[in-house]
This record gives sequence, C-alpha cells and structure tokens, in this order.
Amino acid sequence: MTRSLVVPEIMPRVRVSALDAYFGSAHAVKGVSMRIVDRQVTAIIGPSGCGKSTFLRCLNRMHETVPTARVEGGVELDGRDIYARDVNAIAVRTHIGMVFQRPTPFPTMSIRDNVAAGLRVLGAARPSRAQTDEIVEKSLVRAALWNEVKDRLSTSAIGLSGGQQQRLCIARALATEPRVLLLDEPTASLDPLSTQAIEELVYALRRDTTIVIVTHNMQQAARISDSTAFFLNGELVEMDTTNDIFTAPRDARTEAYITGRFG
Amino acid sequence: MTIHDSPQTFVREDDGATLRIHGSAIGDRVYSGAITFFAVCVPLLLLAVAWELGVAGWPALHKFGFGFLTSSDWDPVKGEFGAAPAIYGTIVSSIIALALATPLAIGVSLFLSELAPRWLKQPVGFLVDLLAAIPSVVYGLWGIFVLLPVLRDPVMPFLRDTLQLDRTGLFSGPAYGPSMLAAGIILAIMVLPYIASVSREVLMAVPRSQREAALALGATRWEAIRGAVLPYARSGIVGGVILGLGRALGETMAVTMLIGNRAEIATSLFAPGYTMASLLANEFSEASSDAHLSALMAVAFVLFVITLIVNAIARWLVWRVSRGTSGRVA
Repeated sequence: MTRSLVVPEIMPRVRVSALDAYFGSAHAVKGVSMRIVDRQVTAIIGPSGCGKSTFLRCLNRMHETVPTARVEGGVELDGRDIYARDVNAIAVRTHIGMVFQRPTPFPTMSIRDNVAAGLRVLGAARPSRAQTDEIVEKSLVRAALWNEVKDRLSTSAIGLSGGQQQRLCIARALATEPRVLLLDEPTASLDPLSTQAIEELVYALRRDTTIVIVTHNMQQAARISDSTAFFLNGELVEMDTTNDIFTAPRDARTEAYITGRFG
Repeated sequence: MTIHDSPQTFVREDDGATLRIHGSAIGDRVYSGAITFFAVCVPLLLLAVAWELGVAGWPALHKFGFGFLTSSDWDPVKGEFGAAPAIYGTIVSSIIALALATPLAIGVSLFLSELAPRWLKQPVGFLVDLLAAIPSVVYGLWGIFVLLPVLRDPVMPFLRDTLQLDRTGLFSGPAYGPSMLAAGIILAIMVLPYIASVSREVLMAVPRSQREAALALGATRWEAIRGAVLPYARSGIVGGVILGLGRALGETMAVTMLIGNRAEIATSLFAPGYTMASLLANEFSEASSDAHLSALMAVAFVLFVITLIVNAIARWLVWRVSRGTSGRVA
C-alpha cells in the first residue's frame, strides 16, 4: 500500500539548469534552475525588471535575437539541450510557441492567414491548403475564437478587438502544435473582460499543453496556475505549487511580495 | 521670511495672473492668423503657377488642340508644334529610372535597417543620402565622361549582340551613347537616395514586436522580413517610390546632357530622345516668336498637369495599400 503513495520522479517537459542571461554587461537572469512540468500552467511572478520576461525569452531562444544579448547555462526540452551546438534556434521556436504582452497580429494579413503564418515557415512539413484550413479552424476553436470569427476569416485581423487579437495570437502560436506555450504578460494590455476570457482559455488549454505564463498580476497567477515561481533581481527566490506559494511561502521576500509590501 | 510672503508670490497672485491670461489670448489669435496665412499661401502659389502657365500656353493649345499632345512634329521654324516625343521621353525615362532604382533602393534600405552592423549603418546611410546632394550638372558631366563611354562599349553591344535583345526592339540600333537608356540610368542614380531614404525610415519604424512575432513562429530572418516587415512597410515604400518618380519627371540638367535631344519617338532605348524638361531648358532662351514661346509654356503646363496626375495616382495607391494597415494594431 505505501509503495503506491511514493510520487514517481516525473520527467519534466522543460528543465532549466543554472541559466544566466545578459544584456551586454547587465546580468538580467542569475543562475536560475527550474523544472517545468508537462500539462501544467507554470506562473512566473515578480516586480518589474526582475528578469522574468528575459527568463521566458531564454526558453525559446528569443533572448538572443536582441543585439548584445547572451545566454549561459542549459535549457532542455524533453531531455534535449536546446542550446546545443547542433540545434537550430529557428527549429526550437517552432516547438516552443510564444505570445507577447501586446497583441501582434500581422496587419496586412487576413485572420486565416495570421493563424496559418507559422505553418508557412515549416518548409517540407508545410501542410496543404485543405489541411491548413483544418488546422486554422482547430486552432481557432482551441483559442476560443472560432465562433466570433468563423464568418469573416478572410477579413483583416486588425478589425478585431484587443482581446480577440490576443486570442488570435494564441491560435497562431497553437497552429504549429508547440510542445510548450510561453505567454509573456498576455493580459497586460487588455480590459478586465478580455483578461477573463484569456484566463479561462489558459485554464482550458492546460489539458493538452504545457504553459509558462509571466504575469505581474498575482491574482491571475493564483487563479490559473498550478505552480508559481517568484523572481527578484534576476534570481529565482522560490518555486512551489501555487497553493503553497500563496498560503505558506517559505522565503520572507516571497511573503513580502505576495502580501503587497513591495513591487 | 517664509516662502509664502515673498514678493514674487504676491505678484503672481495679483495683476500678473490677469495680465498673462489677457496676453496669451492675443498671442493665440496672432499665431493662428499667421499660420493660416502661410497655409493658404502654398496652395495659392500652386494655383498662380498653373494659371500663369495655362494662360501663356493657351494660344498654342488652342491652335493645335489635341494634336499638341499627339503630334511628333516640333519645328519652330515652320511653326509646327507637337509635344508627343517630349511627353513620351519624360514618361519612358522615368519608368526606366524607377525600374532600376526601386529594387536597388529597397535592397540598400533593407540592408541598412535589418542586416548592417551598427558601425556600418551610419556611414553607408550617409553616403546614400549624399547622392541627393550632388548637383544635377555634375551628374550630367559624370554621365558624359564616364557613363556614356561605358554604355557605348561594352554595355550596349553586350545587351544587343551577346544577349540578343535587339529582337525585342528595345535594345537595337547603333550604340551612340546619348540615348533614352543613358537618361534613364542617370535618373535612376539620382532618384535612388530619395527612395532609399524614405524606405529606410519606414522599415526602421516597423515595430520590433512585428519582427519578434514572426521570429517566435519559427521564421528565419529573411522570412520575418518578407512576411512581417516588408508588408508592414509597404505603403511607406510606395510613397518613397512616388517621391522618386516626382523627381524623375521634372529632372532637367543631367537628362538634357545625356538624352540626345532629338524630338522623335523611337522604340529602341539606344536612340536619342527628348523630355519636356530638357526641351524647355534647350529652347526657352532662344525662343523668339510668340508661337514658339506659347508652345513652350504649353509644354510646361502639360508637364505640370502630368506631375499632378502622377501624384494623385500615387496618393490613391498609398491610400489603397495602407487601407490594410491603417487600422488599430493594439
């Protein structure tokens, strides 16, 4: 009987070990190690400038697209080091999707083409037209946007509201079936109703997707995440189940932050 | 003494306040009157030019009617005036200029905005802009002493004989040098900085978020440029091309020195031609008869109208292209 109670060591989807990130000489992320579990929502919280967005951008090798940016340490996706010499950053990004703080629809493309934008760069694995239509529909359904846009797929994406645009960006990221979805403060520029729609969406996506969400909204982290990491000055102060972080933080700084004493 | 009862405070609370309100109201009225005057001046100037040209050119336009635009007969001695070769030359040389300059300019601006290392951006950008500062007559001299000999041998024989393009009719006949092709090439070099400069500004104004969105989807740098950056900048680049076209249509000195100045419509780009601007530059000082002067004024009027039409089309194009991007991108 007691044997079954032993929690087996689950292989994490993403394993980060001793990650350092720099902008020129500025040390933005300092020696962070983390395990991100499959099909869970992992929230990253912390005050502005604590390195949480930079950390997120290291997970799909977006950090290095900024001039003078530098990364040290390791990030493994399903046991494979994405910073290894023989790994192509562009291939990494097709497996790890990302949605930004502000909605970034491509303004000259239709709704359909926006969702299909990621499929078009797949090279040999590029789907046919009919398959693309299928994937577009599936992705929009998953992003809870299908019912609102199904009659105007060929119209411009900028006719959508801010919240719809953000869900469109989520659909676009989902279209390539990424193993991990990174959300960088996805509701920071949205009104409360749109925010709620995105939160519900993230909560539902957890069933089949691994999600890492950066947020400065602690209530949001508490509502939708399974585990939470608290960053301060580029360091990972504490990471635990969301419940424990918000009810019984072990570190005094975490407690100070979640009770609103700073940040 | 506390801050409160310092003399300055009293002045502000007393008459100073009323005076300032009074003064600013007058200032506003003077200011808005002045800028309205300036704003009205510019269109008035344009109308005055059009009116003057129209009136001075009216006798010729009236006498030759529509034939003024379609006839190839330009003979001041006999009093025959048909401006078709000059109109044709203006348009064809401008088309050659844009066809050559646009891809080059977009290439340069893409390189400067997307690929060039920081230390190279400034100097190369500056040198491209500097092309616009070279006087027209210097371009003309350079054309005569450098471009024409190179065109005569090896470029023109290469196009005609080696590539056998003489079959198209566009690249046939003797390779004198002074030609429609030479004028088009010199115009291309002259309009290049305008197109490149506008395109570079527009490309650099594309938000970083658009590039990142494409990169995050697994796009390569080139795919991000082609799929996200260029479409976003499209309307601005078209605007830059139009600005270049405006320059090409009106350019006078360098074209006059290189086009050969023959009032004939020839299929071959190797043949000499004429443009409206070079026609005016060549003949205006020597025009003695009233009919000749009036004909030249009419040519100027036609050039003016064509430029207006081109700009109107350009506006419409920019509006049409930017319709897709003018909405809200949150």
